[in-house]
Amino acid sequence: MAGGTSSIMETLFQRTLDDMIKGLRLQLIGESAFVSKALDEIRREVRSTDPSTKSTALQKLSYLASLHFHDMSWAAFHVVEVMSSSRFSYKRIGYHAASLSFNDDTPVLLLITNQLRKDLGSTNEFEVSLALECLSRIATADLARDLTPEIFTLLSTTKLFVRKKAIGVVLRLFAKYPDAVRVCFKRLVENLDSSDPQILSAVVGVFCELASRDPGSYLPLAPEFYRILVDSKNNWVLIKVLKIFAKLAPLEPRLAKRVVEPICDHLRRTGAKSLMFECVRTVVNSFSEYESAVKLAVVKIRELLVDDDPNLKYLGLQALSIVAPKHLWAVLENKEFVIKSLSDGDPNIKTESLRLVMAMVSETNVVEIARVLVNYSLKSDPEFCNEILGSILSTCSRNVYEIIIDFDWYVSLIGEMSRIPHCQKGDEIENQLIDIGMRVQDVRPKLVRVAHDLLIDPALLGNPFLHKILSAAAWVSGEYVEFSRNPFELMQAIFQPRTSLLPLSVMAVYIHSAFKVLIFCLHCYILPRESITSSCPENLVLGVSESVLKREMPEDSGLIRTTCEALPVQGDKGFNRRASNQSSEDFSVENGGDRTINHGQTSTPNFSEKSSFTYESIVNLINLVELAMGPFMGSHDVEVLERARNLLCFIEVIKGEITECLEHKEKKKESEEMKASEIIKLMSDAFSEELGPVSLSAQKRVPIPEGLELKESLDDLGTICADIQVPPSNDSNLFSLGSPYNGEEVGVSASDLESKEESEPSNEATALLTDHRKRHGLYYLPSEKNEIVPNDYPAANDPKLRDNLNNDTEDLVKLTEQSLVTNKKPNHAKPRPVVVKLDERDVVTITAKRPEPNDDLLSGAVREVLLGSDTRTTTSQHNPPDKASSKRKGKERLNVNPSSKLKEDLGDSEKPDHESPNSRRSKHRTHGKERRQKSPSKPAEERESNGQKGKQKSSHRHARHKARERADAPLNAVLQTPVIPDFLL
Amino acid sequence: MIRAVMVMNTQGKPRLAKFYDSQPIDKQQELIRSVFGVLCSRAENVSNFVEADSIFGPDSRIVYKHYATLYFVLVFDSSENELAMLDLIQVLVETLDKCFKNVCELDLVFNYSKIHTILDEIFFGGQVLETSSAEVMKAVEEISKLETASNSITLVPKSVSGWRGR
Repeated sequence: MAGGTSSIMETLFQRTLDDMIKGLRLQLIGESAFVSKALDEIRREVRSTDPSTKSTALQKLSYLASLHFHDMSWAAFHVVEVMSSSRFSYKRIGYHAASLSFNDDTPVLLLITNQLRKDLGSTNEFEVSLALECLSRIATADLARDLTPEIFTLLSTTKLFVRKKAIGVVLRLFAKYPDAVRVCFKRLVENLDSSDPQILSAVVGVFCELASRDPGSYLPLAPEFYRILVDSKNNWVLIKVLKIFAKLAPLEPRLAKRVVEPICDHLRRTGAKSLMFECVRTVVNSFSEYESAVKLAVVKIRELLVDDDPNLKYLGLQALSIVAPKHLWAVLENKEFVIKSLSDGDPNIKTESLRLVMAMVSETNVVEIARVLVNYSLKSDPEFCNEILGSILSTCSRNVYEIIIDFDWYVSLIGEMSRIPHCQKGDEIENQLIDIGMRVQDVRPKLVRVAHDLLIDPALLGNPFLHKILSAAAWVSGEYVEFSRNPFELMQAIFQPRTSLLPLSVMAVYIHSAFKVLIFCLHCYILPRESITSSCPENLVLGVSESVLKREMPEDSGLIRTTCEALPVQGDKGFNRRASNQSSEDFSVENGGDRTINHGQTSTPNFSEKSSFTYESIVNLINLVELAMGPFMGSHDVEVLERARNLLCFIEVIKGEITECLEHKEKKKESEEMKASEIIKLMSDAFSEELGPVSLSAQKRVPIPEGLELKESLDDLGTICADIQVPPSNDSNLFSLGSPYNGEEVGVSASDLESKEESEPSNEATALLTDHRKRHGLYYLPSEKNEIVPNDYPAANDPKLRDNLNNDTEDLVKLTEQSLVTNKKPNHAKPRPVVVKLDERDVVTITAKRPEPNDDLLSGAVREVLLGSDTRTTTSQHNPPDKASSKRKGKERLNVNPSSKLKEDLGDSEKPDHESPNSRRSKHRTHGKERRQKSPSKPAEERESNGQKGKQKSSHRHARHKARERADAPLNAVLQTPVIPDFLL
Repeated sequence: MIRAVMVMNTQGKPRLAKFYDSQPIDKQQELIRSVFGVLCSRAENVSNFVEADSIFGPDSRIVYKHYATLYFVLVFDSSENELAMLDLIQVLVETLDKCFKNVCELDLVFNYSKIHTILDEIFFGGQVLETSSAEVMKAVEEISKLETASNSITLVPKSVSGWRGR
């Protein structure tokens, strides 16, 4: 009795969905609290025996699941209960909940087969429709298999409302249970003849989806689609048919010839923009070799472009970019519009027109277009700016820098792009800088200069997006230091104070580059003293003419001598801060001198004269490095620490000897020098080894040594490492456990001491250094900048720019007009340098897309039905052949058998379909012109259909045997290229 | 194929959401959020299409329309025509308008069931089955008639009948 009362109370006082929504909106106790309270209620109510209470609870739950994203899988069984209610309103709630919450893994799916079958057979069309809708969302392989006969019946029902939904559900049915094709496909095809627009639209939609997955199988239906294309007046249907033809046409050239005319007719006639656009897209996508059709399409594209509606504009541009690869003229015709669209307010339009501008880029105009685009990017919003930069970078690097002839230009463009304030393309620029450095030998001098300019600009250090670029620049200047104009200055740049802003990974690259630069300087300094005449063999590589060197030599050395004279020679005490400061000051003077000298010269390393490597400069260099390394002795990053220590130890080794031998400069002692110079020579040799690009697959080609079991030993390592946790410490005593250096405790403490010792004076030194730098202008490179940045590219915030934004667009128009119309030869004096390419890496590997196994089954089934032959082998890849397939055949018949009426239907349905090609042909016969093109495959097809008629008449077994015999020969051909009935007649 | 239909208000609250490729429920919420994130950053009077590859995976586009306080969003792939989808949103809104007489956000809030009826008549398992709002209205009216009829068979409250049955 108590239970009964509570049930009554529940029903009387249950909140309806509306009540719950109102409560939610009032939000007296907060939404989440309210929802959890409501969920508690629902949990209680849904267990009620009263169907009304239960279904209302379920409805509330569906609402919460759908719009408040609460899980409702726990209620699956209650859903089944409500679904089976006989009352329509409850049933609807149940079905809605099922399609909302069921998926392939829902266990209760097994329970609903009979319910669905019952509802599919209901006399109430809305109940049938509920079941169909649900099935279209949740059907599994089992459900699809069990309910195929019911769907088959519904496919030819006279109730159009139901039939169109039955057609819709076929898609899910085929996807889940490909064998359903053998039962339902013919009925589906019959519906293509329907006169009802709703049915036609549904069935064409289904074929559009099917054809998009596996177009080849549906080629035999092309005549049907052709008829619809010509006859139909429904835009929706036409659009879908066009989509189908866009998929089919590439597979069968004869088909394209036939359909291109009707499509053009539609294109000319239609007033609907959607259909027009679809025609345009079909033509430019699939019929791009039909010149007249493309021309017509381009005219229509133009109509879209000039429309006020941004949607049409956008789609027009999109169509244009489809045309671009094959018919660039279409883009050139509209280039004015395209370029103007770059400054459109609509982000879609901007992006699309940028894509088109990039499509117009060729080796003749890349310089101009890139210039204007870079200027344009300066005044764009950050997002679009990066889009521009990204597309410039990707276009220029396409196919291993295919369109770049003047790499000097490109490298300086990269440098310029890095300085754009919004630039976030650090990774890409980093890759390209290094890539170009390794691939293109001739550009290295310029590359080093660009890298140098990037390194010395303190402004770049503050932008975290550019750190990657700086890392690449540091690497480039270290690796190709022999091209550097002034290694001392480079060292200054590397260790300028704000480099402390850099992440440690970048710092590690910096330190290593500093090492290379140092070695190079020492090498150049020591080498000539050992009477090796060709001090810089790299000069030969460069091919710099001697005359240039000679011309500059006297001035240069004279200048340096004067600066040296100004500096009192210092003895042992030269290794102090003051000296380094003073010499740094001198560097700036030197720079000034360099600048005037280098003015107008292209790529001559003028430092290479031995006179530039004076004793003082070398000493100062060593001092600078030593000072800069100080702070890194306490670094937490293993990489940084190791490299810094390497560098310091190296200095430690050579320092004594260098100073000694330098002091007695006049009376040099060969023996004393030997050790230091040997080390330096060794290092220099190591660093001057050419690094080439490495193929991506290089690693794979290294054979794995026998007995090496990578995985296992690494797994072991994992368990070992799991125990050892590096304690987070912020003091300098970092190297405790877990690091590779943990072996020597003594060494650790020693290094600690050392680093502590050194960090103190160096901190003091940096303070002094900064002080000094403040006094003497920033960073020693005051006037250099003007010279470095080659031309007058405007600063980002230049107010002048905003004014001539429009002018700029017009300029762009003019510019590209010139460069595009007059196909002038590139006026580069020098030929394109050699670009190293690696076949394996640079060729884009296109992996053939394997169709899904299920798709394979489906297409096999479809082909079997359509072509009437036993293309069993397609499916037999997945199933054991012959016996299994015949068994399956039997099983399938078993599925069909229960309703004998069905079987008859099946037999009937076969007949008209086999005749339909004939009737269709007779229909086509009326077009006299079409008939003349008689194809040789027609008799074969006729024979085939005759054979099939015979098959129908004679006993099944015999017919099948015969069919297989007949099919055996063309089987392989069928697999590769489906036999296409001669619909072209 | 249509992948999803969404209606959300300008604050990003979903008013209607239906996904035709089944998505786990957390994912649904995330998708709606990211769609709203894209939409609310777009100015008025710009084109109604959004490339949605980053949200819904390859080959997916969004078309949306902004009516008063609501965004109507369709997510679809290359088997659909963009402009036809735009028209379809129009059909959906027209149908709602006919159904509720000057539809507003509140109608959508309080008519969960009816809106789904309308939606299910237009979209069927990701395909578009009906593009005429008159046809949709006809079906929707039939269905509501059937519902009220099935409810009014027993005018006596069920609780009472249940009580009587014992």
